[in-house]
Amino acid sequence: MTAETTWTAITPTDNVPPREGRAVRIGNLEIAIFNINGRFLTIENACPHKGGPLCDGITSGTTVVCPLHGQRFDLETGAPVLASQATCLATFPTRVDEGLILVDLTNPRKIVP
Amino acid sequence: MKQQLVVIGNGMAGVACVEQILKFQHNYEITIFGDETHVNYNRIMLSMVLSGEKAAEDIVLNDIDWYQSNNIRARLGVRIGGIDCAGRSVIDETGHFTPYDKLILATGSSAFVPPIPGVNNQNVHVFRTLDDTRALLDKSYPGCKAVVIGGGLLGLEAARGLQVRGCEVTVVHLMDTLMERQLDPTGGAYLTRKMENLGVRVLLSRQTKAILGNGKVEGVEFAGGGVLDADLVVIAAGIRPNAELARKANLEVNRGVIVDDFMVTSDPDILAVGECTEHRGQTFGLVAPLYDQGRVLAAAVTGNPTAGFKATTPAAKLKIMGVDIFSAGSMDEKEPGVEVVRYEDPSIGIYKRLLVKENRLHGVILVGDATDEQTYKDWLKDGTDLTALRRQILFPPTNGDPGLEVADMPDSHTICGCNGVRKGDIVQAIHEHSITNMTQLKQRTRASSSCGTCAGTCEKLLRAVATDFQQETRTTICNCLPFSYEQLKGIVKTQQLKSVEEVLHVYGNRKGCEVCKPALSYMLDVLWCGGHEEDRSARFINDRVHANIQNDGTFSVVPRMRGGVTSPAELRRIAEVAEKYHVPMVKVTGSQRLDLLGVKKADLPGIWKDLGMPSGQAYTKGVRMVKTCVGSTFCRFGTQDSISTGIELERRLENLFTPHKYKMAVVGCPRNCAEATVKDLGFIGQDGSWQVVVGGAAGKSVRKADLLITVETTEQALEASDLFFQYYRENANYLERTYDFVERLGIEKIRKETVYATEIGKRELLERLARSKELSKDAWLDGEEPVNPTQFVQIQPMEVFATR
Repeated sequence: MTAETTWTAITPTDNVPPREGRAVRIGNLEIAIFNINGRFLTIENACPHKGGPLCDGITSGTTVVCPLHGQRFDLETGAPVLASQATCLATFPTRVDEGLILVDLTNPRKIVP
Repeated sequence: MKQQLVVIGNGMAGVACVEQILKFQHNYEITIFGDETHVNYNRIMLSMVLSGEKAAEDIVLNDIDWYQSNNIRARLGVRIGGIDCAGRSVIDETGHFTPYDKLILATGSSAFVPPIPGVNNQNVHVFRTLDDTRALLDKSYPGCKAVVIGGGLLGLEAARGLQVRGCEVTVVHLMDTLMERQLDPTGGAYLTRKMENLGVRVLLSRQTKAILGNGKVEGVEFAGGGVLDADLVVIAAGIRPNAELARKANLEVNRGVIVDDFMVTSDPDILAVGECTEHRGQTFGLVAPLYDQGRVLAAAVTGNPTAGFKATTPAAKLKIMGVDIFSAGSMDEKEPGVEVVRYEDPSIGIYKRLLVKENRLHGVILVGDATDEQTYKDWLKDGTDLTALRRQILFPPTNGDPGLEVADMPDSHTICGCNGVRKGDIVQAIHEHSITNMTQLKQRTRASSSCGTCAGTCEKLLRAVATDFQQETRTTICNCLPFSYEQLKGIVKTQQLKSVEEVLHVYGNRKGCEVCKPALSYMLDVLWCGGHEEDRSARFINDRVHANIQNDGTFSVVPRMRGGVTSPAELRRIAEVAEKYHVPMVKVTGSQRLDLLGVKKADLPGIWKDLGMPSGQAYTKGVRMVKTCVGSTFCRFGTQDSISTGIELERRLENLFTPHKYKMAVVGCPRNCAEATVKDLGFIGQDGSWQVVVGGAAGKSVRKADLLITVETTEQALEASDLFFQYYRENANYLERTYDFVERLGIEKIRKETVYATEIGKRELLERLARSKELSKDAWLDGEEPVNPTQFVQIQPMEVFATR
């Protein structure tokens, strides 16, 4: 884990519509950025169940539902909503500056269940 | 010779009392005077009429037929001006005398209007009757500044009702705790927060000094300074018994008309019931004890013995969706010998406070979670010894035997407090009328038909007793919205809600989920015939990008090929597209079309453009296809032109959405080569006629379609199809296939309301279908004009992230 924080400018906020997610590929990493009514949250895009694209899921507050088989994840923590799914996803610190979404890709957070 | 029984007051208490009298043998001719012009309605539900959850006709308790069939003379809109006790008659305002042998006063109560200046301004209302409610509905509008004076049960319900109508509502309360007669300060604070979360502003410890305005209300002024602007003011500052008539007749009156344990006033021929009464120094404002009074009075006036009326523990419940408040028993935690047991969780807004005295429940307050309400009610009423349960009293155990709870109740146990229905009454009714479901139970016994909190117990009892119990399907969409699909449709209509977010914000948990969001999207689309505010975030991914998501996150593309008929040019374009975009698989589907599988989201707009064909809607709950046989065009057995009819059928309905997928087929003869009998809708050609069949299936379920009607011309067949199609769209639950829908409603009912409907009924269905069709469009046009810049385009990061 790096001590410094490096913010990477991803895209203008307008590119992620309210209550939807969008995938962004950076090298080998694919993240999904969500716009929860003006608050932007970033999570790993691939569902640990069968690799479904979480960016295409329906959101329920700060939860996203995988479009393939309905697994649910908390976008703030990356934790599965049902304890029966063991795997957590990494989340990335995200902020908005002058209309741009900035993500700190150097500091993924993952809670250990 | 019949005796004359006159009832003054046509409200809940008076009429319920008459219902009880009818149960006994009696020798009365009954006349009921009511100063409102309405039949008896459920006053408790007025707040639901205000909020739009119910219509005025939904809260009628006794319709005009009830009065007629029970030989009761209803004199509605007639106010009684005086009672001549010596001459035993009442005189109405027109000067007409009506003699009585027994007189029942059920005059109820009126809203208390504090003596402050300005209450006569326009747009200052009380909230007590159906007419008051109608006036409030008439005066309120989105953005209207409404002030509700009084933070008790009624005031809060009125506030929520107005807020749902779009008003900016402030509740002004004299005391420092909302509902201080039912809640302690902590419970009140939880309630305040809940109201504010719903969007209702709360001002406590404010005494209203004056209502401002010059003819029309402009604001409210508080003692000690401060003014609040207002376009509408509702006064909900309590009620006062209507005892004026009794006072003028020299009956004994204090705050209310004084009655003994048998509801007899100081004149032995005059009895009284309801909110106008005062019994042992107590007056009444909640309905349950008034039904007890009615039962006692009914027995007394028909010469039957009872133990007399005993006021029971008052229980109060706030009827605001999402704000569970229940309070019963004593409130006083300083009473000697009382122990306080408390639980609170501020983050989820739950607060419980129990008062326990001598190991028995003495009082209860529940905020945010009233699931155990019934258990606590029972403990209070029965004086249950809680010694063994002390560790669990905040979370009472549910037992494993669902029948045990009801088996444990004596027949005299009151299950429905609102309508005074006891266990014994329900058991008897179940047997006498062979009741099998809750709807019948409500109709026969009224149990759970008012506030509905005893529905769970009623259902348990029904399950335990009825030989042929039928579970009624729960139609609540999900936990985000506490309404059935039907109720919600009514609300969305009356409230003119046009977006999913609006519905969720006002009536739901503000979040929604993958179950309710698509269902609401569909509901809005059908209700407004396509004129709703489309919200793609509430749609499943398939409906955001108009393609079917596959197990690897790619999509499948199925262009429309009407009637399964294609051309060399189309086939050539499909082949070129498949090569150009490296489509991994091209497959013939079961629907006589071609499927391009494994397409990347970003390639969708390009593929659609190159194909030059409209969307086949293979990804959505909508019109899929019309499968056809060759028919009279080439087939030597064909009797009807199935191909051109199929193409026309598909054109008429394509691009429209349905509760679940909708597949059709047209066959030119009864050999049924395109399997029309296992489709949602099929036309089966015969010599000189078409059979129109509906509700078939050959998927998860297999079902042979029912005959809707046989018609002579293709035009008639198409009209029958239009009627059924629109009827299904409007009446099926979301995700209900036609085969379930037809079985649920029955084909006879469907025929009556479609092909056999009145001309007006048919025309209305067809007009709504035409409006929807007019607003519909080929979804693939989004490819050229995306709804947002990244609908299909993959976002490329602006900076390249360099790993060190």
